[in-house]
Amino acid sequence: MTDLTSLTIAEAREGLASKSFTARELTDAHLAAIEAARVLNAYVLETPDRARDMAKAADEKIAKGEGGSLAGIPLGIKDLFATRDIRTTACSKILGNFIPPYESTVTSQLWRDGAVLLGKLNNDEFAMGSSNETSCFGPVTNPWRREGSNTTLVPGGSSGGSASAVAALLCMGATATDTGGSIRQPAAFTATVGIKPTYGRCSRWGIVAFASSLDQAGPIARTTRDAAILMRSMAGHDPKDTTSVDIAVPDYEAAIGKSVKGMKIGIPREYRLDGMPAEIEKLWSEGAQWLKAAGAELVEVSLPHTKYALPAYYIVAPAEASSNLARYDGVRYGLREPAKNIIEMYENSRADGFGDEVRRRVLIGTYVLSAGYYDAYYLRAQKVRTLIKKDFEDCFAKGVNAILTPATPSAAFGIGEKGGADPVEMYLNDIFTVTVNMAGLPGIAVPAGKDTQGLPLGLQLIGRPFDEETLFSLGEVIEQAAGRFPAPRWW
Amino acid sequence: MTASAAPHKLIKSATGDWEVVIGMEVHAQVTSNAKLFSGASTAFGGEPNSHVSLVDAAMPGMLPVINEECVRQAVRTGLGLNAQVNLRSVFDRKNYFYPDSPQGYQISQYKSPIVGEGEVVLELDGGRSVTIGIERLHLEQDAGKLLHDQSPTMSYVDLNRCGVALMEIVSKPDIRDAEQAKAYVTKLRSILRYLGTCDGDMEKGSLRADVNVSVRRHGETALGTRCEIKNMNSINFIGQAIEYEARRQIEIIEDGGSIDQETRLFDPNKGETRSMRSKEEAHDYRYFPDPDLLPLEFSQAFVDELKAQLPELPDEKKSRFITGFGLSSYDASVLVAERESAEFYETVLARLADKARDGKLAANWVINELFGRLNKEGVAIAASPVSAEQLAAIVDLIGEGAISGKIAKDLFEIVWQEGGDPRALVETRGMKQVTDLGAIEKVVDDIIAANPDKVEQAKAKPAALQWFVGQVMKSSGGKANPKAVNELLKSKLGV
Repeated sequence: MTDLTSLTIAEAREGLASKSFTARELTDAHLAAIEAARVLNAYVLETPDRARDMAKAADEKIAKGEGGSLAGIPLGIKDLFATRDIRTTACSKILGNFIPPYESTVTSQLWRDGAVLLGKLNNDEFAMGSSNETSCFGPVTNPWRREGSNTTLVPGGSSGGSASAVAALLCMGATATDTGGSIRQPAAFTATVGIKPTYGRCSRWGIVAFASSLDQAGPIARTTRDAAILMRSMAGHDPKDTTSVDIAVPDYEAAIGKSVKGMKIGIPREYRLDGMPAEIEKLWSEGAQWLKAAGAELVEVSLPHTKYALPAYYIVAPAEASSNLARYDGVRYGLREPAKNIIEMYENSRADGFGDEVRRRVLIGTYVLSAGYYDAYYLRAQKVRTLIKKDFEDCFAKGVNAILTPATPSAAFGIGEKGGADPVEMYLNDIFTVTVNMAGLPGIAVPAGKDTQGLPLGLQLIGRPFDEETLFSLGEVIEQAAGRFPAPRWW
Repeated sequence: MTASAAPHKLIKSATGDWEVVIGMEVHAQVTSNAKLFSGASTAFGGEPNSHVSLVDAAMPGMLPVINEECVRQAVRTGLGLNAQVNLRSVFDRKNYFYPDSPQGYQISQYKSPIVGEGEVVLELDGGRSVTIGIERLHLEQDAGKLLHDQSPTMSYVDLNRCGVALMEIVSKPDIRDAEQAKAYVTKLRSILRYLGTCDGDMEKGSLRADVNVSVRRHGETALGTRCEIKNMNSINFIGQAIEYEARRQIEIIEDGGSIDQETRLFDPNKGETRSMRSKEEAHDYRYFPDPDLLPLEFSQAFVDELKAQLPELPDEKKSRFITGFGLSSYDASVLVAERESAEFYETVLARLADKARDGKLAANWVINELFGRLNKEGVAIAASPVSAEQLAAIVDLIGEGAISGKIAKDLFEIVWQEGGDPRALVETRGMKQVTDLGAIEKVVDDIIAANPDKVEQAKAKPAALQWFVGQVMKSSGGKANPKAVNELLKSKLGV
């Protein structure tokens, strides 16, 4: 029998239905893989007992023919999602041993459909980072290595644990969140598929907030089809999140393999950066040619405000974060440092509980919202955001179905290599992805090739609001053309 | 009429007359079962932290969801204040750290409130009236409460009130003296209670006011530097605080000093205001639109529907009482001041056999006999021993001439003490007025026969007739119909 962990969700679904193996066997195989791969630091909490209980329940349901769309599929959950009775920390010391008495809407929908919880996955602290190095549990290691090198590489961030675990066969799929690229960039760094759906497609209820107007949950999986299967379960309107949208959830999987003939694919000229590595450029045109070969029409488009997206993002996101993180004050839950009075208690708890990057963003956010600076920074950034959104609207109004861009400006880099002296160096990782969050659009990253050092590279497709289906169809075309990229196993 | 042209009290001092300028921010707790953004109960007086949802406690990942009833209540209030209702408004975050504010921010409305400009008309002594402008009304969350007496070293937090909906009603600086300020809060409270949008219970903190006070020399048009007196929960204290604060400011200016803009607290024991924090210490609240909430939008039809269902408000009711039943402006004001008293009077009216005839009489009885007695005994209207039905029956009996006003007072006393149906009581206790001329005639004849000297006096001076009336009433035990007695005497004595 092949290693059960290397199956896709679609394959496992068939195996379970045909009784080739049980959910319990599938889960056990993954639990063993997790145990063997602790060196990657992808999981911050393993929940084997819960996993076996859920797998048993799934087997019973499958036996009765009542298994849901994800019955028995073992998943990893980013530690930003609240899981009832299971420690949820956002990988921040300030949440300490926080155990929520509630389950996030997105994960509760996965359990409703029969999925199995393997454990909680590492991420950048409060999802602030592009390398998964800011986690209070330490960095995550990417299973991918440069050819002939032992240098440990980052899996990207903030959903680094999710990407690393999916690539290293430590779960069949994972939940992730994306505020500026936190699903798509790690997916690109690990040769996995990650989709950030349209803002409002998934409920944010029960997900630790970073920047409320930008945060969206989405899946990371090994194939476009698997991502579509997970997306259907995760999406949906939630009355508990008034920014979630009441639009029926389509059968995303049905979009896999659907013809893309006649679709107009926009190639934005502003995404061609000075000094962009030739291999990224090459990958991009290859991707375009694959889509063209599948019958799509390529059109050059302009998104003129692209260059303002990153600076504006680093005003809007920290502003919201500075307010969202005010609740971590040591009063009701999480870390409390002793002090003589309440102000000192706040200061000590927050100074000790938040890491450097989180503190930096809280400070930036507090600054840009301050009296006298609000108009110059926050208000102006919001105007930029409106213009970015309009760029895309104009583009789609001309009949463009989706936009193709590189997912990242480079392949994965080494742990400790970037951002040490200048945080902007790290922020530039999100240059191709933040625009999508600023405009609230769906974006998918799919593996498309490797760089000269053998590291995976991804392409990004940006879609119209609530048209994730087109992204799945196009993503599948790239996947078919590029092939799949299984990560090496060296641990 | 502009407020500054309205008659108001000036403060006289050594260097001339001073005018006080007052603006108020009233925080009114919205009457609703659940909180503004969570399903937790708003019930008063629960065990600490027994009405707290995950949202109220600001647990990670929790999101606010607007309670539509609170929106309706704010719109109703806006309509009751004749104000502009904004079909689109925005919730903002007001950021500050305090243990009674778990989110680390209060959700409020900053630049785009749900209700814009409106007005409240005040009636002052002597039939004067003044219009106070409303600047805006917005919805916001209440904070929790700190308990400092539970431990010698720690403070505890009770989040029961945390997240309860408040309406902040901001007046224009149109108020000119303590009397107007008190009348404004009284009137606003009355309107809210009529609308059923706030119970107005100041003791429980359902209605609190921040009072902004500044002074200027009479005739000046620029505003002086203001001080804000925070968290006043008594109408009388508001009056006292303004009087004190105005004098304090005038003294400082007259001594060559200047007023520092600051927040002050009123100490009711000492009757003075004290500095709480200066402008320099004021927070930078870093307001910005709450990204967890979409802008609040509703249609004009939604507003129109609420408007159609709005109850009659005190001003309309008052003019209906005056034109419909001939009440004096004063009596009508007394009746409409409180929703309960107006409702009591309306119930009496509804039960009257002839309300056009006896409506005014009923008002006199409600105000003088019933409210007078309730006040004296310290009993609330809701607990009145004499019901509206019983009072209506008493007024009916007077109106139809069955009993005199004097007997009615005795009857009222019996009903107050013992209860019972007034009409039946009149029968069983023989209190009915005697209108049978035969019976009265005998009494009249006897008295005339026994008092020839008084007969002479009455013939010379008809006013002396009253002595005979008194005698007849006395010997009939008050039950003789005074009008019948009068006419009989006149014909017998030929006056």
